[in-house]
Amino acid sequence: MTLQFIAPYLLPAIVTVPLLAAICNFLMASHHPRLALNALFGLAQVLLAGLLLIALSLPDTVVEMRYILAGWSAPLGIELIADGLAAILLMTTAVLYLVLSVYSALYFTDKNKGARFWPLWWLLATGLNGVFLAGDAFNIYVTLEIIGLASVALIALSGDRAALVAALRYALVGLLGSLCYLLGVALLYRAYGTLDLAQLASLAEANPLTWAALSLISVGLLLKTALLPLHFWLPPAHASAPVPVSAVLSGLVVKASFYLMVRFWLDILPVATTTLALQLLGVLGTAAIFWGCISAYRAHRLKVMVAYSTVAQVGYLFLLFPLSATSIDAWKVSGGALAAIVYFVVAHALAKSAMFIAAGNIMFSYRHDDIDGLRGIVREQPLDVFTFAIAGASLIGLPPSAGFIAKWLLLGGAISSGQWWWAAAILFGGLLAAAYIFRFLNVVFDQSQAAELSAQRHARPVPLTMALCGLALAVMAILMGFNAGWMLELLSVSAAVSA
Amino acid sequence: MTQELIYSVTGIALFAIGLFGLIVAGHIVRKLVAINMMGIGVFMLFLATALHGPDTVDPIPHALVLTGIVVAVAGTCLCLWLAISISKLDNEKRKNPQQ
Repeated sequence: MTLQFIAPYLLPAIVTVPLLAAICNFLMASHHPRLALNALFGLAQVLLAGLLLIALSLPDTVVEMRYILAGWSAPLGIELIADGLAAILLMTTAVLYLVLSVYSALYFTDKNKGARFWPLWWLLATGLNGVFLAGDAFNIYVTLEIIGLASVALIALSGDRAALVAALRYALVGLLGSLCYLLGVALLYRAYGTLDLAQLASLAEANPLTWAALSLISVGLLLKTALLPLHFWLPPAHASAPVPVSAVLSGLVVKASFYLMVRFWLDILPVATTTLALQLLGVLGTAAIFWGCISAYRAHRLKVMVAYSTVAQVGYLFLLFPLSATSIDAWKVSGGALAAIVYFVVAHALAKSAMFIAAGNIMFSYRHDDIDGLRGIVREQPLDVFTFAIAGASLIGLPPSAGFIAKWLLLGGAISSGQWWWAAAILFGGLLAAAYIFRFLNVVFDQSQAAELSAQRHARPVPLTMALCGLALAVMAILMGFNAGWMLELLSVSAAVSA
Repeated sequence: MTQELIYSVTGIALFAIGLFGLIVAGHIVRKLVAINMMGIGVFMLFLATALHGPDTVDPIPHALVLTGIVVAVAGTCLCLWLAISISKLDNEKRKNPQQ
């Protein structure tokens, strides 16, 4: 009963709480390191996302997860809406933010950097939560820009030339992507006279204007999601950002624009999609898997390797589109392609953040991340190497990790829809992922000259909590593999709510 | 050829010219000018859409354009700040090459 009463206010609260955190941190510029404050805000976010999940999975009540801001209903006003897909992504964001906030409080030892980091960090969370709850095409543009500008400023926080150049390039790409998206929205508004996503979905027809709008929106979002061949900006940006920022950029920010791709292609404008276009997205995704894995294998720096791994993992996400093509009505059913992809998104968010933390801790300890210079470090950094290894197992898709379940569901989707060639791509991609992860593990486990190398290196000890943050995320990625049921159920619940 | 159509076509043309400039231009300030031109193209299309309806002028596109301008200013500022920071670092390096 109480939950039904507070449920409508959950949606604005989920956007407001991180904004409040940003303002609090901005006002407290002189305090350092602010572990308690930010952990508290992180917990509040987890709590809100948890309540939303519970409210959505209540069996007997149809809770209308819709909030009309300031009482102005569509088409004039802005609405926030939530379904199971949004709620799962909000929960992932909240959990990552909680762990990474604790990590960041220890990571930013420099007071000035810390003071600039925290407001931007929570502003980014505001943008992410806003995207997941957006029910309005223009509101999506605004939240995308909040994410974009906050990410750019966070990348630039490193302060060295490489980071500034990467941030500038990312800023230009982000602005270009947003403008393409906005032009698409302008065309939609011209055609249908509304910006409300639900109204657009019911009004949309297959005509050249809608095709043009969907193409522009997709190009904008693909630029931001870094699907091959629009991925060129990602590796330098993700590799040169501060560690917690890299983790969020790879784990959540690219997923926000992917989430919008899913919304627009499968939910809002499915009438304008064609089988050919859906297959094309799958082909680009497959190319991204191969190119990302090969580039990761050839990378000399650890963080660059992890960043290229994101290019590859983003490729898997786009296999959703060809796999949902054969049965557009069936895509919401649990166990379908969407369930596989949502599993993939969550698994990748957890595993990749864990991997970035492990890489960051290794970098913290040795002040560089040249893979060849890290020969035999397993004895000095056992915990971080262990984190890297189990996060890697999830990325490769070894059982019993969440990555395994995701790939298993994807394979099932590929076989049952009769498109076996995608199954081949998934399996081969897993082998390639194993190649780059074992290449690194091979180097760090090499004990041949361990004693003399370790004497030359002067490792700085990593605080235990920093190592444990990474381990916690990696363990979560494994645990998700043991309990696949609840998330799949929630997705099927969402279908009833959003329909 | 109505007024609305002229505005719409001009808006799309500005977007296209801006996109061309963004890809071709080498200097960062030129790139930023090009991006702003793309933005203005989109805004013009929105403003033309305000006249699209049957009778009265639709106020929503104006509100959208206003928001868009604010976002464009913020984005341009951030890019300019990044460009200035990079050139400062380069100048320092030129003065003390040994660092």
